[in-house]
Amino acid sequence: MANLDSKIPAGPIQDKWTNHKFNLKLVNPANKRKYDIIVVGTGLAGASAAASLGELGYNVHAFSFHDSPRRAHSIAAQGGINASKNYPNDGDSIFRLFYDTVKGGDFRAREANVYRLAEVSGNIIDQCVAQGVPFAREYGGLLDNRSFGGAQVSRTFYARGQTGQQLLLGAYSALSRQIKKGTVKMYSRREMLDLVMADGQARGIVVRNLLNGEIEKYSAHAVVLATGGYSNVFFLSTNAMNSNATAIWRAHKKGAYFANPCYTQIHPTCLPLHGDNQSKLTLMSESLRNDGRVWVPKKAGDKRPASQIPEDERDYYLERKYPSFGNLTPRDIASRNAKEVCDEGRGANGGESVYLDFEDSIKRLGKKAIEEKYGNLFEMYQTITGENPYETPMKIYPAPHYTMGGLWVDYNLMSNVPGLFVLGEANFSDHGANRLGASALMQGLADGYFVIPYTIGNYLASTKFTAVTAAHESFKKDTEEVENRVKKLLSIKGKRTVDDFHKKLGKLMWNKVGMARNEKGLKEVIGEIKELREEFWKDVNVVGQSKDLNQTLERAGRVADYLELGELMAVDALHRNESCGGHFREEYQTEEGEAKRDDENFRYVGAWQFEEAGKWNLNKEELNFEYVKLAQRSYK
Amino acid sequence: MNGNNLNLKLKIWRQPSPKAVGAFKDYSVSVSPDASILEMLDELNNDLERRSEEPVVFESDCREGICGTCGLVINGQPHGPIPKIATCQLHMRHFKDGDTIYIEPFRAKAFPVIKDLAVDRSAFDKIIQAGGYISVNTGGVPDANEIPINKNIASEAFDSAACIGCGACVAACKNGSAMLFVSAKVSQFALLPQGQSERKERVEAMVATMDEMGFGSCTNTYACEAECPKGISVRNIARLNREFLIASLSSQNVEE
Ligand SMILES: Cc1cc2nc3c(=O)[nH]c(=O)nc-3n(C[C@H](O)[C@H](O)[C@H](O)COP(=O)(O)OP(=O)(O)OC[C@H]3O[C@@H](n4cnc5c(N)ncnc54)[C@H](O)[C@@H]3O)c2cc1C
Ligand code: SF4
Ligand code: FES
Repeated sequence: MANLDSKIPAGPIQDKWTNHKFNLKLVNPANKRKYDIIVVGTGLAGASAAASLGELGYNVHAFSFHDSPRRAHSIAAQGGINASKNYPNDGDSIFRLFYDTVKGGDFRAREANVYRLAEVSGNIIDQCVAQGVPFAREYGGLLDNRSFGGAQVSRTFYARGQTGQQLLLGAYSALSRQIKKGTVKMYSRREMLDLVMADGQARGIVVRNLLNGEIEKYSAHAVVLATGGYSNVFFLSTNAMNSNATAIWRAHKKGAYFANPCYTQIHPTCLPLHGDNQSKLTLMSESLRNDGRVWVPKKAGDKRPASQIPEDERDYYLERKYPSFGNLTPRDIASRNAKEVCDEGRGANGGESVYLDFEDSIKRLGKKAIEEKYGNLFEMYQTITGENPYETPMKIYPAPHYTMGGLWVDYNLMSNVPGLFVLGEANFSDHGANRLGASALMQGLADGYFVIPYTIGNYLASTKFTAVTAAHESFKKDTEEVENRVKKLLSIKGKRTVDDFHKKLGKLMWNKVGMARNEKGLKEVIGEIKELREEFWKDVNVVGQSKDLNQTLERAGRVADYLELGELMAVDALHRNESCGGHFREEYQTEEGEAKRDDENFRYVGAWQFEEAGKWNLNKEELNFEYVKLAQRSYK
Repeated sequence: MNGNNLNLKLKIWRQPSPKAVGAFKDYSVSVSPDASILEMLDELNNDLERRSEEPVVFESDCREGICGTCGLVINGQPHGPIPKIATCQLHMRHFKDGDTIYIEPFRAKAFPVIKDLAVDRSAFDKIIQAGGYISVNTGGVPDANEIPINKNIASEAFDSAACIGCGACVAACKNGSAMLFVSAKVSQFALLPQGQSERKERVEAMVATMDEMGFGSCTNTYACEAECPKGISVRNIARLNREFLIASLSSQNVEE
């Protein structure tokens, strides 16, 4: 077991990034275009990185399985983006955003990274406004803020309920400008299926051209992965249908450590399940908790409609249990409490959902104000459920939403594989065991606009490269492997569909590696996943051809990877004998039912090294807390 | 099957490749009224796969009406019969038991069919690359609050920026024009102070690329606005025309 070096710069936390930037080696402007950089993924993290690197003069090759960068999953983010601007003058600061993030992550994130994130957060807002992102404004013409879970200040910038869309369109426009200039070459409808190593460095990728099925290879001096999260391992999640783990999983199998795979976020405010044919779960932005009150009936089995339950028979359980944060407790706590009241039989209409009620806010602020803030979310709710939330309270239930785990990276956002950088949701870096709302957009853009442009230069300037082209032996070998795998999938011709396997895996994960986990369930599920994986490779039916647009084949490859990743998530959850943030082990809770950490034994990042399918070695990065005192989180 | 289910006849456009001749093919399905139309196609595809038949190719991603990936012509209307939603938001409760539903790809000269219901909309990216941005590099920009913007103007700019790039406007237009899409981007930046310095070059470059990519011209039929899932208004087109006129009157790189 190795102890990982996170390369945190020395010095006081507020000076680390400034000093580090000064100490980093620079690439001479005239030499930049001699370096090829591959960026896989053009969501917020990838598009901002590719555009910024192109502007600096590097030769950037950007890849996405989407038809256009504007389709990336980032587009769906609703609620907002945090930044410690302190425009409302309510006491925010870099330190407070840093503090809230470390505490919100239940002390399982790296302090230095989080501090840097808070430090550059303000620049992100400046950058986006300069690009023409239409953030919400006050009557005086200045930017408006709202509050989000886990914070007592208003630091969330937003663009109606479509913040991710507007930020991504901003990054997409910057990227488009570089494509036009020729500094970035965009390869869309390409799916990365392998990472290519040469001389111990990441030097390229193998992709499948999704239009014609050709396997293509590309070489470069460094590879940046910004391929998003892996919540779709649960089949039903709030993620876009095509979000997947394949890029990071293939990199993992080539040596990159996978950190904290079991840290998954179950979002408290999603629409409840409606039926078996459901393909995904819809998120209702957490910003709704600013003005909506969460409640359930006091009595178990109370099936009366909400309107017939009098005030004194309602339990506003979040306000009752957490008076200072009330409806704005962090996500993990809000989700777990929802599950708890439903398990007690107190769900809305006795089922699996709780109420989110706007009646009081509409009385207090007027319907118009509520409409202005949440209009499109209310519309979306009505489109899907056919119910009008201005009149009857919404029904919500938790759903898998975000994965804090991801490939391990050091302070420079480089994985343990030299030359492989990982940005955005795909890395594990800043959110510890639980991410605060509106912090993913912040992290993706911080990584892409303000961190990677510096740190990748240092790597390029200080590394010796041999001439490696796509004709290199490694490319040949990896291309053959990818082709064989495609052939294998198409040749099984079994009886069950790819979706059948994915749904089955999703159920296993939700029941045993979901909101609450225990030793017995985890041990069982590891066996069950292994079995399912074997069945998959014997009995899946992948219809169609390899040299064609073949969506079944695309999904099959992704599900094959989930069947390995799912097991690792369970292995990680089983090894972590404590509860922290989104990882709740039933055996480890306080008397009040809160997550109970074990700082003595688990104050580390668990970074798994792949040996073979079903076999991993654990490496650790110890976490030190010098600025935020370790404490039991309290939102009472 | 389930008593509440709707039994429907589907006529779905099948076309194996861009150059192949396509045709409608018949299918029968039984589907829950709570399912979305794409979930219905998922189920159909799973049934086809179980019989080792090629599933119907269609594209989607967010399934929340924001990414712009989905886009089908349903009973002759882009994104189907319900106004202001994308295809993925169309739920089967809007149909009746026994209905026949026609499902086809978006059709336009500038959006060639790739396979079955999937089309190539990369021409939209080309238009954005021509000028759909404000030329600022990362870093070195002023503090966000140094650019105050009137709330109503910001809100109007947002209305234009809400376009999801789905292409329904093009599919709805008998000329296959992309004016609604282009005008939405032009308007967003024309309204904002940040967009002023490149105002003229932007509109000229974007319109020129639109023409190059094979989109037709706008004859003010307003079919685009009616089918737009985001309610992008044709007022944007009027603004684009104004912008274009001013730009060409004062342009220094006049061409014959
Ligand atoms: C419904 C919803 C609402 C949200 N709301 C908020 C919010 O209000 N605030 C907030 O801060 N966060 C929010 N989040 C979280 C946030 O949106 C995401 O974490 C973030 O956008 C991820 O960005 P990314 O750039 O890392 O990845 P993504 O946006 O997922 O982009 C991934 C990119 O990688 C590409 N890709 C992936 N795999 C491959 C491959 N193998 N080959 C080639 N290309 C590949 C894709 O094509 C895509 O371009 C929300 C998430 C959801 C699901
Ligand atoms: S203007 Fe409307 S219809 Fe046209 S691409 Fe944009 S959202 Fe789609
Ligand atoms: S799938 Fe994203 S808009 Fe329909």
